[in-house]
Amino acid sequence: MPREETDAPEATNSPDTTDVADAAGGASAARPRRPSHWRMLGRDRAAAVGAVIIAVVALVALFGRPAIGDRARRQELDASLRPPSLDDGVYGLLGTDVLGRSMVARLVEATATTLSVAVPAVLCSLAIGSALGLWAGYHGGRRESVAMRVADVILSFPSLLIAVVVLYVFSPSALNLVLILAVTRIPVYLRTARAEAAELRSRLFVDAARTFGTPSRMIIYRHVLPIALPTLLTVATLDFCFVMLTESSLSFLGIGIQPPDVSWGLMVAQGRQYLQTAWWITVLPGLAIVLTTVSATVLAAWARIATDPAQRWRLTLPKRRRPRSAPVPPEMIP
Amino acid sequence: MIPFLRTRILSSAVPLVCVVLGVFFLARMTGNPVDLYLPLSATPEQRAEFSAAHGFDLSIPVQLWNYLTDAAHLDFGTSLRTGRPAGEMVFDAFPVTLQLAGVTMLLAVTGAVLVGSLAAYRPNSPIDRIASLLSMTAASIPDFWFAVMGVLVFGVSLGLLPTSGTIGGPEIWVLPVATLLIRPFGVLVQVVRGSMVTALSAPYVKIARSKGATPRRVVFGHALRNAVTPVLTVAGDLAVGLVNGAVIVETIFGWPGIGKLMIDSILQRDFAVLQAAVLMTAVTIFALNILVDVCHALTDPRVRQAVPA
Amino acid sequence: MTTTSPPTRSDADTPALDVEGLCVELSTPSGTVRAVDGVSFSVRRGRTLALLGESGCGKSMTALSVVGLLDPAAAVTGGAVRVRGDDTLRMSPAQRRRLAGPVLSIVFQDALTALNPVQPVGRQIGEPFRIHRRLSRRQAREKAIELMTRVGIPEPRQRARSYPHQFSGGMRQRLLIAMAVALAPDVLIADEPTTALDVTVQAQIMRLLRDLQDERDMAVVLITHDLAVVAQRADDVVVMYAGTVVENGPVRDVFAAPRHPYTRGLLDSVPEDSVRGRPLPAVPGSPPELSAVPAGCVFQARCPLVRERCVRERPVPRPAGEGRSAACHFSEELDRA
Repeated sequence: MPREETDAPEATNSPDTTDVADAAGGASAARPRRPSHWRMLGRDRAAAVGAVIIAVVALVALFGRPAIGDRARRQELDASLRPPSLDDGVYGLLGTDVLGRSMVARLVEATATTLSVAVPAVLCSLAIGSALGLWAGYHGGRRESVAMRVADVILSFPSLLIAVVVLYVFSPSALNLVLILAVTRIPVYLRTARAEAAELRSRLFVDAARTFGTPSRMIIYRHVLPIALPTLLTVATLDFCFVMLTESSLSFLGIGIQPPDVSWGLMVAQGRQYLQTAWWITVLPGLAIVLTTVSATVLAAWARIATDPAQRWRLTLPKRRRPRSAPVPPEMIP
Repeated sequence: MIPFLRTRILSSAVPLVCVVLGVFFLARMTGNPVDLYLPLSATPEQRAEFSAAHGFDLSIPVQLWNYLTDAAHLDFGTSLRTGRPAGEMVFDAFPVTLQLAGVTMLLAVTGAVLVGSLAAYRPNSPIDRIASLLSMTAASIPDFWFAVMGVLVFGVSLGLLPTSGTIGGPEIWVLPVATLLIRPFGVLVQVVRGSMVTALSAPYVKIARSKGATPRRVVFGHALRNAVTPVLTVAGDLAVGLVNGAVIVETIFGWPGIGKLMIDSILQRDFAVLQAAVLMTAVTIFALNILVDVCHALTDPRVRQAVPA
Repeated sequence: MTTTSPPTRSDADTPALDVEGLCVELSTPSGTVRAVDGVSFSVRRGRTLALLGESGCGKSMTALSVVGLLDPAAAVTGGAVRVRGDDTLRMSPAQRRRLAGPVLSIVFQDALTALNPVQPVGRQIGEPFRIHRRLSRRQAREKAIELMTRVGIPEPRQRARSYPHQFSGGMRQRLLIAMAVALAPDVLIADEPTTALDVTVQAQIMRLLRDLQDERDMAVVLITHDLAVVAQRADDVVVMYAGTVVENGPVRDVFAAPRHPYTRGLLDSVPEDSVRGRPLPAVPGSPPELSAVPAGCVFQARCPLVRERCVRERPVPRPAGEGRSAACHFSEELDRA
């Protein structure tokens, strides 16, 4: 409130520099309500389509196998290499392979196999990498530098090559595949989680918790993890693509999933020799991989923005000004 | 600059040492390394003979010493398949892969800098959106499928390009390089775009514009060199990842490079060659990391002075 | 100067910079908001005008629109920015670039981020000569060294090869100023040039700015939230609040007898010895969100004089004495208080 006397000019001689901002009261204005994630997803058409595709793939992987029974393996040699057609029922829709096996059934089966390698591998590396990273980042010091150095070592070597060498020494089985993929991807989460934890450990609320004598395990779990989790999940979505691609490559090269099991990468490899006569055996599983990975990438790009409070507003903008994508974070590169 | 390089060389050497030791112990972890070297059909007598000839019956420290001195002399044993020294086979294959990878990285980096800068100059413009969506797709297409599709469309259906082999004119390069290119290009476009958006919104870019600099001067004279640090890091990592791609591309197109050599030696269980190829790759990656660090120091004066912990 | 028409230095009637009814809109999640609403002011060569206001009042946005450096999310939607009589808002990008440097120039607050970290400073300071006068690298370098000497950088010849991170904060600000005055612009905009600096360095920088202004006969627009800087340094002051100009006039007159309750509140909140022991008066409340600026007077929520008319009708700037104006329905009452 202005004072009674009008001696304002004296103020101009004051040696103190005074911010106008100081004159303002401290009351913070009400923030506009934060839009829900579902609505933001609906507004970004590409991300919405991506989410639907991922959901369909997940449902097929979960419920597809019981529905098709043994059709993925049932051979009908007189129905060999039939092109896609509408005349042979659901199972003939996408044609047959050289042994007369239904492509629809094989694709469903391959979806389940591919995801049963990729999802556990991603979850393992997410859990182990995040735990180690949060622990290292929160404590800092020697624990941090050792963890980071180990991550550097693993990351500085092509993951396919590690997998190739290990699968040479051990036998290529689904379990070994999951393990090797999980190990090679741990550093990605370790780095991300460490960066987040190192940033958070100096925040006031962590200090406060420490002052109350909360054990560091609890601080990490209650205060650090919830804040780091959205970032880690985004990285995991993107990493899911990478793991899937690596599994497909290994299967394609013949050192991943072994017949009679079937995965998308293996299907492409099996179809290669019939490329000139039966394109559908190679093209369709490849398309399945591309659709899934592109969807996951688009979804991850959206999630990066949606879970970042500083950037979330971009998704609520009218169409003309909305950015479509965020760059791939450097830690995602193999 | 010198202390900086020394630190970087030391820290880049750690992975190299790990790989060298890793290969040694991995071979012995599964029990008898002789099983790795010899075909499954080998008789017990052959195994014993081989074991004695290569010192696998000695103690582990002695074996390690022999392994290290042999590796230092580039002696990696003899290929079971061809009877040639494994080291020689690797040195024959290496230039093929190096050429392929070099051409690919050159194209990927120049292309990505142009496309990424163009996209970043007007964020959210149609150009930016198309570039972003295309680069995301490019980064998520499986390279082996892309190669097979390339063969199907350009080789089989249109008959424009050869489907395999290294004999012929420039057209033999098209499909292999394109296959290797898509992923690094897709990823790099996104990285260039991201760091250019950041650089272009920096105050020093505003100041450059306030001096009357043209858009070209602003982008290439001021922003690009600041945006280059993350691009270099990622390009280095992608170059390491090219080994993954080389395995695929060389297998599909029948190029006698190091990737094909590795896959062949795995499928035919030729451990001496595999070991030589892996060690050679590790050394190359070590050199590559040093090269990236030198580039960092050249582009950023702050890096030259700081000695990383 | 090799570009544009001969400068109108002799023509004392044309202001070097004349801003009229400038409006800037900003895209936000909740729609478009008006960040700058009808701001007008003008400044002649050799004079200093201060744009005074709290952070977020639109003063920096005004400055950036004058030099054409607004972010993509913001756009000028109305008004005119006349430099030597020509409206820059109607110029092509190329025409504007020709003005940037020789006619209009800007100094930013944070000199560390405003200098390119990967270029030697000598090259950055010489750049205006390369762009506008087409000098060779060597000649531009000599010019840069001259300028560095002028702004008081010791050993300029050696230091021209150094990078920004090798200078102290005050030195960096000097470098930035050297770059801005390189081509002796008609108008220099200084956006909080001393906020990031120590108090002693602040005084040196302000003195340097004043000397350069006298030497080169520049019009200076000083953007600040610091009342003391305005009092010591400026000839005229424009007080901004929530994107609008609330009061405008010669500093001496405005500070002696403010005609707007906001200006009055600001001046009252300066600490003084005479009131030691009493709580420091402050303007209660905080400025309105840009998305919720009221229909009537922008200051109504915090004004001690608020009446029913203020809610209904937005006051337009009215003459309030010699060369002054204030946007308040009841500005006369402040004299009587």
